[in-house]
Amino acid sequence: MSAERLQGLLIRGLDGDSQAYREFLSGLSGYLRSFLMRRLSSLPDEVEDLVQESLLAIHNKRHSYDRKQPLTAWVHAIAKYKLVDFLRGRAIRDSLNTPLDEEDAFFATSNVEAAEAHRDIMKLLEQLPEKQRMPIIHTKLEGLSVEEAAKITGMSESAIKVSVHRGMKALATMLGRA
Amino acid sequence: MRTNDLVLMLATGAVAVEPNVAARRYATAMTLGAAGAMLLMVMLLGVRTDLAHAIFVPQFWIKLGFVACMVAASLLLALRLSRPGRQLDQAPALLAAPVLAIWILAAVALINATPLQRVSLFLGDTWAVCPFLIAMLSVPVFGSTIWAMRGLAPTRLRLAGAAAGLLAGTTGALVYCIHCPEMEAPFLGFWYLLGMLIPTAVGALSGPRLLRW
Repeated sequence: MSAERLQGLLIRGLDGDSQAYREFLSGLSGYLRSFLMRRLSSLPDEVEDLVQESLLAIHNKRHSYDRKQPLTAWVHAIAKYKLVDFLRGRAIRDSLNTPLDEEDAFFATSNVEAAEAHRDIMKLLEQLPEKQRMPIIHTKLEGLSVEEAAKITGMSESAIKVSVHRGMKALATMLGRA
Repeated sequence: MRTNDLVLMLATGAVAVEPNVAARRYATAMTLGAAGAMLLMVMLLGVRTDLAHAIFVPQFWIKLGFVACMVAASLLLALRLSRPGRQLDQAPALLAAPVLAIWILAAVALINATPLQRVSLFLGDTWAVCPFLIAMLSVPVFGSTIWAMRGLAPTRLRLAGAAAGLLAGTTGALVYCIHCPEMEAPFLGFWYLLGMLIPTAVGALSGPRLLRW
């Protein structure tokens, strides 16, 4: 998918077209995967985790996109930011642990095609407070409208929106620290 | 979790994003921050007593113009650094221009003065407190700009922190103009600049911690 087409999909998504937005995220994940695979060639098992972390970051920060700006520059900057953050965190952790035996590293299998991440967002979701978890489950997993979710939980519609937003931000933070 | 499932989850129920989030966030931050600085200035320092006369002196407006240009340039810089992948373009040059201008004015004033006058042109009466008072007045805008940035997505955290600090310092200096009696270019080109650079340094040091997301 070309960058122009992706940009068009994102802009429609920002205007509220969730179908176009899904296509954007889907096309973007392939792009992110190859971007991160090239830079994490020594850590192929971490690629999919970082793809998901970047997707979540892009989603949470989508209001920071300036429509006049090239999409690639925006996406690159966010993916690079998440990559550097990850490598820094890893460097700190590695300095605390004994490093991997070289032989182990040599025989370690890696499946670059795997589209499954190790850190499970669904498990992280369970750790969220109920006030944030239920609105996310209703609107993001069950596909209910904000109005319906408000009726079920007894929260106001704006409280649902705020809780979803805060919950997604909390998930992104937990994913980065997991 | 499979990435496709995550994509589906993120897209489900994704509503339209409000436009101009950055502009509105910064408008709020600047309004509240400047109001806070103004309040601090009036309560702790007071408006300069000769303000009614000062507004007829060209140097008062040169000083105000210098500081206002610094506010505008640092606001542009902070906005640019709040968005991922946004180029800085002419922002650094716009920032350098008023500094160069005031230094040229300062050089001319110093060259044309006698050695004794030079000392008073440079030190004025308030050099010892000026930078610290500007730094003190920068606190409200510092807080509100960091808040505005955190709601956006800075990716160069040290630079973004410095830009937030500079915006706070320049706005603090603008408010300080209403109190401060100094109007000579050599004074402004050093002590005002120093006052602006204190919060800039604080921002550069604390940016990576305050702005991480």
